[in-house]
Amino acid sequence: MSAKTSPARDYILFAVFAVAVLTMPIWLAPIGAGYPDLLQKFAIFGLFATGFNILFGLTGYLSFGHAAFLGVGSYTAVWTFKLLGMNPVPAAIMAIIASGIFALGIGYVSLRRSGIYFSILTLAFAQMSYNLAYSVLTPITNGETGLRVLRSDPRLFDGKGAEQGPLIANLFGIDMTGWGGFYFCAVILLIGFFIAQRIFRSPFGIMLRAVKTNQNRMTYTGLNPRPYTLAAFVISGMYAGLAGALMCITDPLAGAERMQWTASGEVVLMTILGGAGTLLGPIFGAALIKYFENIFSAFNEQTLHEIFSFLPDFIEGPVISVAGLFVGEGWHLTLGVLFMLIVIFLPGGIMEGVSRIGKLFKRSSGKSEPNRATAPAE
Amino acid sequence: MEILRVEGVNKSFGGLRALNNVNFSVEQGTVHAIIGPNGAGKSTFLNCMIGRLVPDTGTVKFGNVSLTGMKPYEINQVGVSRVFQTPEIFAELTLLENVIIPTMAKRDGQFSLRPFKRLDGDAEIQDKALHMLEDVGLAEKKDVISGSLSRGDKRRLELAMCLSQDPKLLLLDEPTAGMSRADTNNTIDLLKRIAGRGITKVVIEHDMHVVFSLADKVTVLAQGTIIAEGKPEEIKGDPRVQEAYLGGAHL
Amino acid sequence: MDVIILQLLNGLDKGGAYALIALGLTLIFGTLGVVNFAHGALFMLGAFCAVTFNKLLSLEIVTTDPTKTTAWGTPLEIRTPYIEAYLGDFGHWVLNYSVPFSILLAIPVMLLFGFIMERGLIKHFYNRAHADQILVTFGLAIVLQEIIKSIFGANPIPQAAPDAVRGAADIGAALGMDPGVIVYPYWRMVYLAFAGAVVAAVFAFLQFTTFGMVVRAGMADRHTVGLLGINIERRFTIVFAIAAVVAGLAGVMYTPILPPDYHMGMDFLVLSFVVVVVGGMGSLPGAVAAGFLLGILQSFASMNEIKAILPGIDQIIIYLVAVVILLVRPRGLMGRKGVMEN
Repeated sequence: MSAKTSPARDYILFAVFAVAVLTMPIWLAPIGAGYPDLLQKFAIFGLFATGFNILFGLTGYLSFGHAAFLGVGSYTAVWTFKLLGMNPVPAAIMAIIASGIFALGIGYVSLRRSGIYFSILTLAFAQMSYNLAYSVLTPITNGETGLRVLRSDPRLFDGKGAEQGPLIANLFGIDMTGWGGFYFCAVILLIGFFIAQRIFRSPFGIMLRAVKTNQNRMTYTGLNPRPYTLAAFVISGMYAGLAGALMCITDPLAGAERMQWTASGEVVLMTILGGAGTLLGPIFGAALIKYFENIFSAFNEQTLHEIFSFLPDFIEGPVISVAGLFVGEGWHLTLGVLFMLIVIFLPGGIMEGVSRIGKLFKRSSGKSEPNRATAPAE
Repeated sequence: MEILRVEGVNKSFGGLRALNNVNFSVEQGTVHAIIGPNGAGKSTFLNCMIGRLVPDTGTVKFGNVSLTGMKPYEINQVGVSRVFQTPEIFAELTLLENVIIPTMAKRDGQFSLRPFKRLDGDAEIQDKALHMLEDVGLAEKKDVISGSLSRGDKRRLELAMCLSQDPKLLLLDEPTAGMSRADTNNTIDLLKRIAGRGITKVVIEHDMHVVFSLADKVTVLAQGTIIAEGKPEEIKGDPRVQEAYLGGAHL
Repeated sequence: MDVIILQLLNGLDKGGAYALIALGLTLIFGTLGVVNFAHGALFMLGAFCAVTFNKLLSLEIVTTDPTKTTAWGTPLEIRTPYIEAYLGDFGHWVLNYSVPFSILLAIPVMLLFGFIMERGLIKHFYNRAHADQILVTFGLAIVLQEIIKSIFGANPIPQAAPDAVRGAADIGAALGMDPGVIVYPYWRMVYLAFAGAVVAAVFAFLQFTTFGMVVRAGMADRHTVGLLGINIERRFTIVFAIAAVVAGLAGVMYTPILPPDYHMGMDFLVLSFVVVVVGGMGSLPGAVAAGFLLGILQSFASMNEIKAILPGIDQIIIYLVAVVILLVRPRGLMGRKGVMEN
């Protein structure tokens, strides 16, 4: 890989990506995704998955507890709103710091083990956080109701004028809901992507990939893997915390369900679906899942009738009842099937599919590259 | 001058005494072979030297540094490298990346966090790694994923990785195990070629052909005890050695 | 004293469920080397076998009684389950015992399902990374639970224990303590005995049959057993099916304790995995011991006296124990060296 990287290529990739992200409202409109709430989710979960990928994609450590950092970030952001005011920047910074510290603690303990033991340890920590957030930590988390900003909160730096109007985050007068919120998230995603890109290309990045492929050789090469994995864990925890903060910046409410292990499973799925270890893959994966979630879960019998109306009645009936299983409430079924299909047939995710198709074209046009064997997909 | 000194090393696994009061020293700049029948304790001995196992009693001293109880990466940092019986390489990375990692480890130490530096902008490391690959004749494959190499090539890559760190002492655990005759001879040539660099080597080997074409000195280990030591020619004719090997057959 | 006995008993039945699920999980892991995240879903499928069986038995025929009328003047409808209509008292008896009888349905269903799952999916994942195994079985678990949800709905469906074992025993009184202190439902005793019997059966099967011997040898050293020319793959399928049946039966018998719903599998899966890891991956006695141990610990942690000292401890005790054990004894209570460490 190193032979093919160059600063110029990376800047071009970044520029193309930046343009694509910022113009999403335009080019995603035709497929019904051009509205701010959904695009905010694309950006937020894209950021979450990008961070997760720094840990899982590079080092191969499969964390099943990243939702805990998402939750910590969310709660910290809302508390920052409550104490300091509705500006999103301090909220984001505080969330990064808090989730980083949290990740340092959990990572320090969990990384003493590898393989499935690591997965179970992270899962255990996340479940503990989730259960505690629901029970004894209610004074901090407000339990089931969720934590929100109240008018009676101090909000030290909010001007007097902030007494009126809805309690939403605003960046020097720009409300962080709707398009304002989307562009704020998009810019953060771009910063996050840029950092991830640099990490991928850095000496630190190659050490993380070394951890994944052979820790034994690494130690006999004079390298201590533990600080590398811990650094990756903390960085990805910070990404998760920042994503959690963005959720509250666009909608100032933090609930414990964000920390449940299904949420951790979701980010794993996003990363795998897009392609673990690739830069763009996890972001694609996140967007795709959030898109399907929105579209599919909005389907109902009526829309299915419209779609399949071209079929003769006696076929249409069964088709609709089968398709009905997969949409609306049953969207999770689609998710599960998708999950299985990807793991079975395309372990490298969408990005591997893309590169396979790319190779197919290259081969057919006679420009094969004899020296580049593909990495076995793990 | 002595570079490695092992004194009074004992190691037991449960009731089995794998190493029995082993004393051993290696002269700087020589190739020292350790031979012995199966189960003689050769690998245990090597593992005690590189920190994979901690001896029950005794000391392993490298120059003035005691290696006993040190972590593997610390032992490497003081200048001891190891080639494994089955090549241990970064199978998912390219050959060049495989060599870049030890080169950087040598320059930057056991941990260095530079998340924003560009690896492809580090000409010093890139050039050094590429030179190393040229040295072992793998330069034209630098962008191949190393897991797809033949066993002989993997071994050469592993050697390049160790050599890129300019080790003071190189430990080789059966460097020709499972290789074809041609690959074995290539490896011998390569090892001879790098012999001129003043790297001290300890070789564990089964293949007498390899031992007698490389070694300056041979130590024979049987049942956890050193039974003979000397120049290859002396060892060849030693009746105790023949006894150990032949006697081992009907044990 | 009485409180301790009560909590011990309370912990046992939950522990029994954990132990049964964990037993199958660790059996699959030990022999096939596969991490099965769909095992909780198998537990849930078993529970829904009981629901299905009960529904089938309770299908009704409608007759009208012309001599009586409803308030609207229509003839009064009398609904009788088929089985009672045709078999009379015996039918009523069968319906009453529908939960234990659903074992008869659950065994073939789970065997078949286990067989299909192993041949159709798991087989192809023997040599894949553990992460891939986790992910594909996680996907399968989602699929199974969503299918169950679409058939049976999202609400829990309570199942009644047979009349004869409804109610509770006053164990305290039997032991000469104040009556009403230690009251323990009969069905939980049945469950406990059942769990014990299943565990004993699995162990006996592995201990005393040739098949079991091969399986145990395979758990100890899979490679060598393969070299002996024993067709280990066919046995894998059977082992997987057995594990599926064990989980299924655990689910069937648990229905009177916890009304089954579609996500019960996931709830138990996470805990069962913790149980397996605490017991030691691939260790059968470890899984059983850890199952009961964690069940009992959880029950003690939810005592008010304990909660007063350590608020929230009941919520995290299992995970806390898991963390501590993994750090102190990396291979769990009874795990073997070198399992899953890469």
